[in-house]
Amino acid sequence: MLEVKDMVVAYGRVNAVKGISFTVEEGQIVTLLGTNGAGKSTTLRAVSGLLKLVSGEIWFQGARLDGTPAHRVVELGIAQSPEGRRLFRQMTVEDNLKLGAYSRRDTAAIRSDMDRVYDLFPVLGSRRSEPAGLFSGGEQQMLAIGRAMMSRPKLLMLDEPSMGLSPIMTQTIMKTIRDLQADGVTILLVEQNAQAALSLADRGYVLEVGQIMFSDTGRNLLGDDRVKLTYLGAD
Amino acid sequence: MLDLFFQQLINGLSLGALYALIAVGYTVVYGIVQLINFAHGEIFMVGAFGAFATWMLLGQPTDWGVSASLLILLPLMLLGGIVVSVTVALLTERFAYRPLRNAPRLAPLITAIGVSVFLQEFVRLFYGRIPGFPDAKSAIPFPSVAGISGEIVRIGSVTIQMPALFTIVALAISTLFLWFFVNRSKTGRAMVATSQDPDTARLMGINVDKVIVAAFAVGAGLAAIAGVAHGLNYGNIDFRMGFLAGLKAFTAAVLGGIGNINGAVVGGLVLGVVEAMATTFIPGQFGSSAWKDVWAFALLILVLVFRPQGLLGAKVVDRA
Ligand SMILES: Nc1ncnc2c1ncn2[C@@H]1O[C@H](COP(=O)(O)OP(=O)(O)OP(=O)(O)O)[C@@H](O)[C@H]1O
Ligand SMILES: [Mg+2]
Repeated sequence: MLEVKDMVVAYGRVNAVKGISFTVEEGQIVTLLGTNGAGKSTTLRAVSGLLKLVSGEIWFQGARLDGTPAHRVVELGIAQSPEGRRLFRQMTVEDNLKLGAYSRRDTAAIRSDMDRVYDLFPVLGSRRSEPAGLFSGGEQQMLAIGRAMMSRPKLLMLDEPSMGLSPIMTQTIMKTIRDLQADGVTILLVEQNAQAALSLADRGYVLEVGQIMFSDTGRNLLGDDRVKLTYLGAD
Repeated sequence: MLDLFFQQLINGLSLGALYALIAVGYTVVYGIVQLINFAHGEIFMVGAFGAFATWMLLGQPTDWGVSASLLILLPLMLLGGIVVSVTVALLTERFAYRPLRNAPRLAPLITAIGVSVFLQEFVRLFYGRIPGFPDAKSAIPFPSVAGISGEIVRIGSVTIQMPALFTIVALAISTLFLWFFVNRSKTGRAMVATSQDPDTARLMGINVDKVIVAAFAVGAGLAAIAGVAHGLNYGNIDFRMGFLAGLKAFTAAVLGGIGNINGAVVGGLVLGVVEAMATTFIPGQFGSSAWKDVWAFALLILVLVFRPQGLLGAKVVDRA
């Protein structure tokens, strides 16, 4: 579904992503792991069209994706819940969700999708007219994921959805991701919490300073010594 | 004394309404692209000239009755002014500012000053070349509109000039329209989102280029209305009229909190009222009209010292 080939992305003259390749098959959950500054967020931002490629290619559903403006990428079916949530803090929950559905015109279906988000995260439903900035970190994360779902993406990219969340809340988020997969959404998940991510993932890629070091199935990576040492707190 | 106060309050509100109509344009554009569009005063000026041109194209009517003037002539002149202002604003956005979107901040700022000079000179040199049009190298008389020009209404001993009332009503209607646009329309919501976080707005599927165009268009439309109001109030228009009005409106936008639409409206009204009051109630030469600009900018400095973010201060296009 998504194929990234030899992608190089730079900020100014400094290459942050130095020629990475990976694929996400339809219906899969794929995770990108890596230490701080490895280039995970940069990769997602490039796929979303927020950053230009220095070289390499991105393909989505058989068509060339790189060079497509960001708003078109959303229309093609790729949504991102960015690192740090990036909610519109002064706007209400409802308005944030509406903006998530900005690329759509089917008003009735938008309404029912919104209700689905409220079913999934009842706290959002009961406080839908409050500004997003008033919610707790975990609640804001739910809203960020809900907002990304509102475009009805085929591919949903989540950048550190468990950041700053309690273990319980992390479990809720991970369960939501699994439910989304069951609904047919393909997922590209960036996580610091390797344990949680790899338990879900069909496939994982490990990034270090802008390069992919190795990749394997989620299950194999959970048992991999190198992964254990760096990401799972060695034991 | 009290009558004089109310008289000056009305005068100040109408002057302030003019500033406010222009100030909105500075603020919406700044809120979205962080550009101080120094050419916005000229967008106001070309709006007035556009309205004048519409009157010329209608055959320079001078004898239309009140209802024909208010229902046909004035709306057409407003429309003509808006079309010209919006067109010029969008052309400058497309060809002067957009190519510099990722350039250092100073580049578009200097370009804006260049655009401002260009537009003034363009009107000065070419307006009179249009067959039948008056030479615009100095002020030209603005057409009078029956029912407004020269008319007054009295409330007790307070006299309100109709053109002043027109300006206040125009601001009220425009503010209402803005509120609906910002809070209820999809493009308006996209504009607020973009002003708060452009990258995330793009992740929502918002075409930021279109939002920027909308911001320039809205600001230009209101500036054109101000251009017509100026013509009706002062009876003439001039290729230089955008300079001082633009400077005052920019002051009003900063006073209210640049980037904030409500702030632009409040800032404009406060500035207008302060100017009107200063010329009346400050005794001696300091209250002469030569000093009113001094008081206006003194107010700006005072506000910026105690509330650097402006009266209504957030750095975003807030709900109007
Ligand atoms: N806006 C920017 N300007 C310049 N350099 C940047 C910018 N954003 C990121 N970088 C650099 O690019 C590299 C990759 O950053 P990126 O944010 O992609 O890492 P990450 O893997 O998402 O890290 P984290 O786990 O901390 O979120 C880092 O060296 C970072 O310092
Ligand atoms: Mg990151």
